[in-house]
Order: sequence, then C-alpha cells, then structure tokens
Amino acid sequence: MTALLEVRGVSRFFGGLAAVMDVSFTVNKGEIVALIGPNGAGKTTLFNVINGFYKPSQGEIFFKGKRISGMKPHQICRLGIARTFQVVKPLQRMTVLDNVIASAFLRTKSRSEAEKKALEILKFTELYDDRDMISKGLPLGKRKRLEIARALATEPELLLLDESFAGLNPTELNKSIEIVKKIRESGITILIIEHHMKVIMSISDRIVVLNYGEKIAEGTPEEIANNPLVIEAYLGEAQDA
Amino acid sequence: MKRYAPYIVFALMAVLPFLGLSTYVMHILILMLMWSVIGMAWNLLGGYCGQVSFGHAAFFGVGAYTAGILYFKGGVSAWWGIPLSIPILVVEALIIGFICLRLRGPFFALATLAMGEVFRVTAENLRNFTQGTLGIMLKERTWVEKTWYYYIILGLSLFTFLVVRKVIQSRLGYYFVAIREDQDAAESLGINTTLYKTIALCLSAVLTGLAGAFYTNYMGYIDPEVVFALHDISIVTIMVVMVGGVATFWGPVVGAVIMVILAEFIRSLPRLGSAHQTLFGILLILIIIFLPNGIVGDFSKLKRIFGFGRRS
Repeated sequence: MTALLEVRGVSRFFGGLAAVMDVSFTVNKGEIVALIGPNGAGKTTLFNVINGFYKPSQGEIFFKGKRISGMKPHQICRLGIARTFQVVKPLQRMTVLDNVIASAFLRTKSRSEAEKKALEILKFTELYDDRDMISKGLPLGKRKRLEIARALATEPELLLLDESFAGLNPTELNKSIEIVKKIRESGITILIIEHHMKVIMSISDRIVVLNYGEKIAEGTPEEIANNPLVIEAYLGEAQDA
Repeated sequence: MKRYAPYIVFALMAVLPFLGLSTYVMHILILMLMWSVIGMAWNLLGGYCGQVSFGHAAFFGVGAYTAGILYFKGGVSAWWGIPLSIPILVVEALIIGFICLRLRGPFFALATLAMGEVFRVTAENLRNFTQGTLGIMLKERTWVEKTWYYYIILGLSLFTFLVVRKVIQSRLGYYFVAIREDQDAAESLGINTTLYKTIALCLSAVLTGLAGAFYTNYMGYIDPEVVFALHDISIVTIMVVMVGGVATFWGPVVGAVIMVILAEFIRSLPRLGSAHQTLFGILLILIIIFLPNGIVGDFSKLKRIFGFGRRS
C-alpha cells in the first residue's frame, strides 16, 4: 500500500533557525495521525510546508505518489489536501453559509449546487442553525467548527486539523470529537495537531512527536505514552533524588 | 422588486431629457452617470475584492487617450475609443497587476498610486504620441446637444451596474469577497488568489477606461493633467465609493450623485470655492469616522440619527 502522504526528510529554516529539521513520516489512507510536541516544536510550520504556504528548505513531500512540495496552496488544495488554521481565519464579514459556499465552489461551478453542498456540510458539522450568522459573531467553538466545515467543502482526501480542539469547553470538545470520528468514517484521512492528550489518545491511530523541529518518536498511542524521550520532552529530564 | 430596481431607475432616467432640462443640468447628470460608472468599477476591485487602488486615473486616462489618439493619429472617430480601448486596458491591467498585485493592503495602494503618476508623467513626456501637455482637442464634437451623450453614458452605467451585479452574485463574487476577508484562508481553500485578483483588476480597469473614452468624446479635450490626475480622478473615485457605500451595489451611484452636487455647490461658494479639495478632505475624514460603510451601507444608522422612518 502506498502512503497517501509522504513527508521525506523535510527541513525548513528561517534564517539560521531550523523550525523543522529532517522530518520524515507517512500517513496512510483512512488513518488518523496525530502530530504532537511542546510549544514551538515546529508542528504548525510543518503544516504550512505540507499545505504549500512555505517551500521546504530541504526534502520533499508526496501526495498520492505525486510531488507536491513547491506547489502553491490553491493547487495543493485542488489535489485534495484541506487545512484548518490554529488561529481561526473565518471570512469575517460573510455569513457562515457563504463561508462554506465560497469553498464549495472549488468543485462545482453552479451556485445552487455549491449551496446545496454547503448546507449538507453545515448539517454534518452541526452549524446549520447558525448558517445566517455573520461569522465574526460566532463563539470560538463554532468558529473552529466552521474552519472544519469550510475545509470539508473542498472535498479533501486528507484533512489537516491545526488545534481544532484548543480552547473548547467540554461539551464543544465532545461534539468536535464526534465530528472528527464521523469525518474519518466518511473515508477522509486526517492529520491532526493537538495538545489535548485525552483527544489524542482516544482518536488517533498513530502519533508522531516533534521536539525542537526534530521527530523524536512515532508509534501507537500506548507506545508514545510510555516512550521515555517523549516524557522527557514534555516533563523535563528525570532527576535522581 | 430589488431585481428590477436598476431597470426602473434606468427607465425613469431615460425620460428626463424630455422634461426640457437646461444644458447645465444635463451636464451635471452626465457627470453623475460617468462618476457612477467609475465608482462601480473601482468598487469591484476595491470594495469587493479588497484591493484598494489609488491609481484608477491610470485606467481612466488610458481609456481617454485611446479615444484621443485614435482620432488624432488614426483619423477615425473618437467613438472607436470605446470598443478599442478594451484590449488596451486589459493589457495595461495585466502589466499593472503583475507589478502591484504581489503586494498586499497599503503596499498595493501605494504601488497603484505610483503607477497612476507614472502614467501621467509618461503621457506628459511622450510628446510625439500624446501631444504632451498641449493635450488633444477634437476639432468638432459629434453633437452640440447633450441628449445623445446622456443616453450613451446612461447605457454604459446600466451595463456597468448589471456586469457588477452579475459578477458579484456568481462564483467570482464569492472568491473576490473571500480574498478581501482573508487572502491566506482563501488561498488554502483552493482559490487561486493571484488569478482572481487579476480578473477583478482587469474588469475594473476596462469599465473605468470606458468611462475615460466617453469623457474624451464628451468633453472634446483631454490633457494628462486632467485625465491622469491623482486628486481629481483617483482620489475622487475613492471618495465616490466611500461616501456612497463600499461593497454595495447602489453605493457608488449614490456617492456619484452626492459628490457631483457637492463639487458644484462648493465651487460656486464665494471665497471657499477654490478650497474645495480641502473641504473634500474634511468630508472624507468625517465619513470614515462616522459612516465607515457609507450612506448606503450605514443607511439604518442614518435613519436612527435623523429620526425618520421611526417605528411609532
């Protein structure tokens, strides 16, 4: 089985700073892979490289066997990779429905078809009742879900979720977990950045751990939970008392 | 009702010349319509797509000079400038877009401002081609009467209105607004932002240039100081849209009516007349502070302030 996404030896430098350093991993079709690591580990930078905002300084990225590193974000999106943003970027002065319609236009030219699909997705993400709200006025939890809805409207095969659960209250959190599970059932592969360990452990098949831009571990949730390097990265070195 | 509003307004406007209006009133109406065309054109790029241009005189002037040079050098009627300026404006927009559209926000605005000035200075100095500051004069105007000019610009403004509305209600419109609201988000949602910004610029440039070509035919005289003017064209264009309402269908039309009346009124004031630029500047500041969405966009706010249309 060929991997859906293959990140091969990717580095990204900002001046002399290596934000991402020689990272390689693969994501297979149908999986939920989590990308975790302490703050500043380079997770979002890696997303920006995959999504095309940054070109990798070294290394290559393949999607369905096709090299995508160096392509523009809109081309990568058309190939089937959609993303959400950690700092939500709703199209502020548009209604929730128009936000989703705008991205649904990627796969259809007809206004009525785009609207039909947008409404379907809003029902799926439980934003249907807020469809006429101006997105600026939505509470954070719903804005995060709007990000997901918008990404889904581009009919991706791979969805990159950047901290879609951060800052949610427990009710919203459970709702979002349900939605992510439903997305996976619909056949979309997910690569997710998350700090919330409860979420990570309950939904992901595999976990990739970054620290200071380098990959320090990869494995199933149990393996990661018991990996001494990971514990050290999060909690600091064990002290012999 | 809303759908047919432009046709109704158009029909009403079409009857006006039969009222036997004076030449002066006809002139004012023609100016209003011309400014509404330019305003609507600017609105497409600046209002919907969020790319604020301070250099629309570059398009107005090139449209005007296309007509002028066709007449002066080509020896054909200056009316040919209206169809023939379209390809020229598209090429111009592609060049300006290639240079300016890689910049964002205020940097784009500054680059277009510089572009407008570059075109003015160029037109002043290419004396063999443009007659420089001597300008180009049409030896005879097509009509002495203003009626036909009025109908032509009325048709052009209805055309512009319908084009803008059609574009905004289509996929393009969604893409334009998405780019305005967040270019990075738009890009990551699969929108080719460079392509769609260029489309917006081309449409806006062509419509503005058509008004310029009309201007040559109507006024019968153009020179670089007038048609490439920063303050009299580029800035007034922005004022028309700001006063009327950014990113609204009727805003530029309302703005054009108000600005033309205001300009005529202020110019007729004794002593203050020559300070009309200053007064415009003050007005723009007041509008930005108190009615940031313009008269059409903040209409409900205006109603509240002046207390009409109150629920009793």
